[in-house]
Parts: sequence; structure tokens; C-alpha cells
Amino acid sequence: MSDYNFAYLDEQTKRMIRRAILKGLAIPGYQVPFASREMPMPYGWGTGGVQVSAAVLTPDDTFKVIDQGADDTTNAVSIRRFFQKTAGVAVTEATAEASVIQTRHRIPEQDLRADQILVYQVPIPEPLRFLEPSEVETRKMHALEEYGLMHVKLYEDISQHGDIATAYAYPVKVEGRYVMDPSPIPKFDNPKLEMAGIQIFGAGREQRIYAIPPYTQVVSLDFDDYPFQPTKADHACDLCGAEESYLDELIMNDAGGRMFMCSDTDYCATRRKQGHVGAQGVPYKEAAT
Amino acid sequence: MYVAVKGGERAIDNAHAWLAEERRGDLEVPELSVAQIREQMTLAVNRVMAEGSLYDPDLAALAIKQARGDLIEAIFLIRAYRTTLPRFGGSNPVETETMQCERRVSATFKDAPGGQVLGPTFDYTHRLLDFKLAADGEPADVAMSEPHRGATPHIMSFLDREDLIQTEPAGNDVPDDLTRTPLELPASRALRLQSLTRGDEGFILGLAYSTQRGYARNHAFVAELRIGSVAVEMDIPELGFAIEIGEITVTECETVNQFQGSKTQPPQFTRGYGLVFGMTERKAISMALVDRALRWKELGEDNLGAPAQDEEFVLYHSDNIQATGFLEHIKLPHYVDFQSELELIRKLRREAHDAISREAAE
Repeated sequence: MSDYNFAYLDEQTKRMIRRAILKGLAIPGYQVPFASREMPMPYGWGTGGVQVSAAVLTPDDTFKVIDQGADDTTNAVSIRRFFQKTAGVAVTEATAEASVIQTRHRIPEQDLRADQILVYQVPIPEPLRFLEPSEVETRKMHALEEYGLMHVKLYEDISQHGDIATAYAYPVKVEGRYVMDPSPIPKFDNPKLEMAGIQIFGAGREQRIYAIPPYTQVVSLDFDDYPFQPTKADHACDLCGAEESYLDELIMNDAGGRMFMCSDTDYCATRRKQGHVGAQGVPYKEAAT
Repeated sequence: MYVAVKGGERAIDNAHAWLAEERRGDLEVPELSVAQIREQMTLAVNRVMAEGSLYDPDLAALAIKQARGDLIEAIFLIRAYRTTLPRFGGSNPVETETMQCERRVSATFKDAPGGQVLGPTFDYTHRLLDFKLAADGEPADVAMSEPHRGATPHIMSFLDREDLIQTEPAGNDVPDDLTRTPLELPASRALRLQSLTRGDEGFILGLAYSTQRGYARNHAFVAELRIGSVAVEMDIPELGFAIEIGEITVTECETVNQFQGSKTQPPQFTRGYGLVFGMTERKAISMALVDRALRWKELGEDNLGAPAQDEEFVLYHSDNIQATGFLEHIKLPHYVDFQSELELIRKLRREAHDAISREAAE
């Protein structure tokens, strides 16, 4: 498609976004305002991630898109196609083969390497937003490192429910300074936020970009007597037998029958190719998928 | 045996094909042309141009056709196209005083130089369905008169001469472009007006209505509402002077609002301002009311905590493309986050049940 510039955005816009990314990397966890463009897909559907991907992709990159951990969900397909069309980059479903991975709501199970970039789609970048609706106020709170409100919220959860009642988008503190929303990943994924790859978060509608450089300290907020606990369904994957991966629960029939399978489709398929078989799985070659 | 959900690509292709078929409708009925939409659905075209922030009736008509008449979808198409266009620069401010008015009414003076011109308005039509239109009725002959030549002075300028209306400081500098710089608060009035003029008509209307009903009331008179074409001029650096690059139709509304005064200043009227692409008077009046409500700080009024006074609330929620995108994204899969909530609520319930049965046992 020659009507559009490589990866859709014009070079001036990419430069503006790259500046925001560099600033974000220089101040880990800080939300950098950027002049988000209207993209040909709706706000709330990954426009922040798409703009970040457009700014970091080069013609030699191999691109992977996942939504809920899966490569074949409709919006992941739509975004992957967008870059196939506008950038002509190679695409893959294999985590290890991708140089840029755009994700919504998951971190791949497989550890990322230093030469990989993980781009997150972010709906609400402000971790304090549901405690304080005003952006003017929350920016002030970040500037003053005034995070008491967040701790009060977590404390109130414990006093009311006996537990911290946040299961996804669990707040973290980056390099001892900024409290950051890791996007709506399950808290199971939080420990993986300390990684070798570069992580960039794009919020298009809210016009914010933030980042975590490689090997940056990322601490999930908790209390000494109520330590942070990453959780997942207490099962193994029924397809590949994995016990350490995050699982989706599927309702099989109206009698309450259910099964569990890896949310990371590439991880699951790779394990099945290697010969792992779960309780309800069949050997890989015969699988209908 | 579970077969993993695959086939997203084929589903998308098929959905698009079905959409195209639905768009065309019954093949027995002649297809709408873009020109027909442009000429006969002009107010829809105007709204799409205004909220799409792109003055191009042909593209707006095309977008309406493509969007099956869903105007917010059409606005979205225009916005997505607009953002790919280069920005050459800024025009000079349009001189609305030189407008060739098709409509010009004032609610504050019975008559004024330039006269009252009703123009093609729905205002005094009786809202009775006209079944003649269903039978392809041709319009009756329209009476013609000599158009008003020369400038039509603003009604406000008469009040200005008496010093009755608060003066607006001239802004020489080129204001920021809302579409090129991230919105940061507090925003200048220029940015606020940009945001209001492209904001959702329904949202702005609702906010304006709320001020009329007492949420930050500042009784507004429509000093003047005018609709017509104005020349757009731009300074061309290579030439060293301004040339006309085109003509656009705009709707301008100036309201005169309740006066205020202080120990140092005698009472004066204040104003609200609306300027919108096309024939869009509901929007322009709404914009003027909301603009006025947002000016409470600069005019030394009290913050009554009304939504229309809250700059952040208004500016962050007026854009229907942002709003509809985020609203509709909840259709997308959320099973990962939902799964984590499932586990959490099961755990919390288990703990609660255990606690209850422990208490019962004791």
C-alpha cells in the first residue's frame, strides 16, 4: 500500500512519538503527554499501542499482536493486518521470533529478550484515576509523590474483604518513584514486569505514553502483613498440561462443565508441539486447530 | 473435545462483506449518490464537517454514505482522514463582519443595521409531516429580493460603543492546535473553543441546557446569530501578503449575558461565543452558552460546582470519537481480566463462608 507512509503515520508524527518514548524511558513510570493522532481504528481499541508500534517498527522487524494472550482474537487480527498492509513487516505468532510484540491485557509466558520490545495498549493510564477523577489533581499527586490515597484504598480493601480486591491493573511502583498502572494485565503477570525487554505503554485517547526500561525495579504495592500474591486458576492447562501459565476458563455446557486452557495461545501450542498433553488434550498433530 | 476459537480473519472478512451488502440495501431501490447526500442532506453534512473538523462537503457526504447514515461513524471517518493531511499553516482570523449572511437574527434588538433575515429556518414551520415530499414534491417558487451588500456590523459592536459589554483582549499570537498538541489544563480560551466547536452536538447541547436550568445559570440572550459564507485568507510567506484560499459557510452566535461588576468596575454585560462550520445553529448557540459558563474564573464568578463550569469535565468528555471508541471497546474480549476477577470473588466468598461457619461452630 503506497498511499500511506511506512507504518501509516507520517515521519513528523513518529518523531513526536519517539521523543515521548525516549522521555518515558528516561523517567520510568512517568506518564508523558503526547499529541495522540486519530487513527483509523477507534479510540479504546489500541490506538495508543498502534501509535507506539508505528513509531518503533522498522522494515526489518517481525511483529506479533496478542489480545488476551491470543494471536487470533478479532482485534489482534485487525491490528496485525493493519501493519501488514501499511508497513509490510513480517508477522509471526511465535513469541521468540517477534522483535516487536503489541499486547492487550497479557504479558507473554515466555521470557522476553533484550532485543525485544513489548508494546502495551492502555485504556486508563492513570493508576489514581478511580480514586481521584481530576487529571489536574492526579498529576499534582504524582509530582509530590503523594500516594497515600492508594495505600488507603488497598487498606480499605483488606478491612472490608480481608484481601486486596484488585485482580488486574494492579498498581506498581517503578524504580522507587512513580506509581504506575501496568494496564489491565492480571496481577499474575506483575512479576514479569521486571524483564530484559523494553516495555512501552501507549494510551491514545488519554494522550499518554510511559515506559519501563530493561531490568527496572517494578514493585507491586502491598503491605508487610498482606504481601502481594500473583494468582491464577488452581488448575493445569487442559490442553497442554502447563501448571505455571495463566489460564482462561471456558464453559463447556449448561451443566456447569468447564475446562481451563492457557491464555497465551503460542505458549500452549509450543508445548503441545513438544509433546505435552493436558487432561482433555490430544497430541498436537491430530488437534483440529 | 474443545476446538480452540480460530478463524478471526475469516469472520472479519465476512462481516465486512455483509456490511457492504447492508449498506446498499434493496437493489431494486436506486443507489444514493454522494452528490445527492451533499445537496439534500446538507445539515447532516454540516454536522460531519463541524465535528470532523474538516471543511469538505464532498468527503463528508461520502463518509455519511459509507457510514450508512451513522453520523458519529461518519465523523470518525473524516477525523481519521484529516489526521493524515499535512498542516500548511494557520489562516488569518475570518472576518465574520463581512459575512454574506443567509440568516441573521438578533433577540436583543428589534431591528439593527443589516436587518433581521430569517433565512432557510425550521423555526416557524409547523412540525407536521409533509406527505407531499413522499411523492417527490417539487419546491414552490421562492420570492427573491436584493441581497444586502457590504459588511453587516455585529450587534455586539453597538453595545461595545457604549462600553456596556466587556471587551475581549486581542490575541495576536497563533493559538495552539488542539489536534497537534496534547491538551493540558488549564486550557486557554482558544483551546476550549476549539474543543467545543468539534465536540459532540448532543453533549454540548445537554451542557448548555443544564446552565439554562440552573446549573451555573448565566441568563443568555442571543445578541446575534448569523449564518453565511466568509472568505478564508492566509498569509503566503513567499508573496508577503494574504490571499483568499476559499470560502466557507459558518454559523456564529454571540450571546450577551448577565452583567457583573465589582468595586473597581461598573457593571457590564459579558459574552459567550460560538462559531461552527456549516449551518449548525443549535450547536453554535450551545457552544456560546458553554463557553460563557467556562469563563467563570476569568470573570470572577463563583464556582458553583456545575458540570458546565468544570473545564476538565467538559473538555475531556465532549469528543464523541473518543467517547464512542472507549464506550464500545467494552465489546472486545476481556476474559483475562474477568478471569482474574472470577478467581478473586471466589476466594473472597470462600473466606467469608469459612468465617461464617466458624462463627456458627463456636
